[in-house]
Amino acid sequence: MLEVCGINKTFGGLKAVTDANLSVSEGKIVSLIGPNGAGKTTLFAVISGFLKSDSGSVIFNGTDITGKPPHWICQQGLVRTFQVVQPFASLTVRENIAVGAHTRIAGRKQALARAADVAKLVDMDGMLEQSAGDLTIAGRKRLELARALATEPKLLLLDEVMAGLNATEIHELLPVIRGIRDSGVTIFLIEHVMQAVMSLSDYTYVLNQGVMIAEGEPKNVTRSPEVIEAYLGHGAAARIAKMAGGNA
Amino acid sequence: MNERTRLFGWILLLVTLAVVPLFLHSARWIDFLEMTLFVAVLGQGWNILAGYGGQYSFGHALFFGTGAYIQALLQVKFGLSPWVAMWFAVSGGALVGAFVGYLSFRYGLRGSYFALITLAFAEAFLVLSRSLKSITEGGQGVQLPLNQDPEQAIATFQFNFAGPFLSEYGFYYTIFIILLLAYGLTAWMERSRFGAQLVAVRENEDAAKALGINAFKVKMGAICLSAGITATCGVYYVQKFLFIEPGIAFGPGKSVEALFAPIIGGLGTVLGPLLGSLFIHGVGEMTKATIGQALGGRPGVDLILFGIILILVLAFLPRGLVGLLEAIWKRLTGGRNA
Repeated sequence: MLEVCGINKTFGGLKAVTDANLSVSEGKIVSLIGPNGAGKTTLFAVISGFLKSDSGSVIFNGTDITGKPPHWICQQGLVRTFQVVQPFASLTVRENIAVGAHTRIAGRKQALARAADVAKLVDMDGMLEQSAGDLTIAGRKRLELARALATEPKLLLLDEVMAGLNATEIHELLPVIRGIRDSGVTIFLIEHVMQAVMSLSDYTYVLNQGVMIAEGEPKNVTRSPEVIEAYLGHGAAARIAKMAGGNA
Repeated sequence: MNERTRLFGWILLLVTLAVVPLFLHSARWIDFLEMTLFVAVLGQGWNILAGYGGQYSFGHALFFGTGAYIQALLQVKFGLSPWVAMWFAVSGGALVGAFVGYLSFRYGLRGSYFALITLAFAEAFLVLSRSLKSITEGGQGVQLPLNQDPEQAIATFQFNFAGPFLSEYGFYYTIFIILLLAYGLTAWMERSRFGAQLVAVRENEDAAKALGINAFKVKMGAICLSAGITATCGVYYVQKFLFIEPGIAFGPGKSVEALFAPIIGGLGTVLGPLLGSLFIHGVGEMTKATIGQALGGRPGVDLILFGIILILVLAFLPRGLVGLLEAIWKRLTGGRNA
């Protein structure tokens, strides 16, 4: 469904993403993990059209969407959420979601009605008339999700929807995301919360310093020494072994 | 406040505005009402782009002046009927809006940069209208020939020598009809997809883009609509005063008038500019009549007071008079209809 080939992106002298390749197949939940500053959000921004890559291509459902504007990509059925939530603060929850619904629906009444339906999917139907600016962080994350869903995407890019949530809130959100997948929306997500990555994803990519260092089923990926090194620092495995040897 | 109460309030307000001048026989008071409605329309033009779209223009005189000059010059130089000229004037204003909008939004100018570029264009047009003497008559301005034949009053869109009703109320009902059109358009916009997308762009442009909104196109639509309404005010001004000169057309005065009413009345609301204009003009007249008189009829006292009011509104009423009214209404009804 999504094919990313040889994406390179530099900011001045900094290589944010180097020759990134990945593919997401329909009906799956695929995750992208990696330490802070690995380039995950940059890669998301390139895929969704917010940043232009220096080279490489992004193919979505057989269409080349490389370098196309974000609104056009969204209309094709690929929508992203933001890591730092971006609610339309002075609008109500219902009006926020309706903005997403308007991508497919011209009528105001129909869009507002559709917004109420989408709110149910993320358990927000009790907060429809609340102002988005008054929501808790968990509420805002859900709203971000609902707005994206209202555009009726085929592929949903979720940038750290779990970040900043407590254990209970994460636990409540997991089935919501699975439900979205089961309704026929393919999901590609960036996540730091490993509990979520492990329990949700069918396949995982690991990005470190802009380079894809591992991929596979989540269980196998987290055992890979390269991945452990990426999280604990360069040469960490060797140092640990040395210290263990010295103490013996 | 539910839809029905709101609609009832609007009908009451509009009916009042429709009949009030019939009870006034002083030309001064009818003039006062005319200018109040004129600024209410001017403010609504600005409000569409700034209040709903979040693009704060500081040079709306650009569109007002363009409309006014086209209206005047087409009549004086080409002998066009004012009723024909006005279509060119309104579309000319919208076209200038499209031009400025394309330049600014294409390169992503926002906030104070957008305010500055609109101001710069207004100033550039001010200089041009003064220096291109062969086209604009330069600094002396354009004077429309006065029509003294009552038979031709409607054809020339000049009511000074028309029959008893038209000469007294003609321009009041002209601006009243323009107000109905402009406010109707705004109310329609508020309830449309275009309006929802415009507000989304105001609130957060990146999020709007991610949700499939072509922010550039939406902003272009807003500036054309806004400029068109503002140019209509220019048409009205020329027909009423039969005169336009660079300072009135493109000077900062009209730009400030256009933003003052909606900011005081309530940004991004249909009612805001009208409420703001009524308030400003009402308070202005009262100040002139009381404090101004007490100080010996010195001009400018009302301006000092406006400065103070603006500061107070910005500090304590971020949602303007409309916000204040809603809060009072909520308290009166105990929040039942809120």
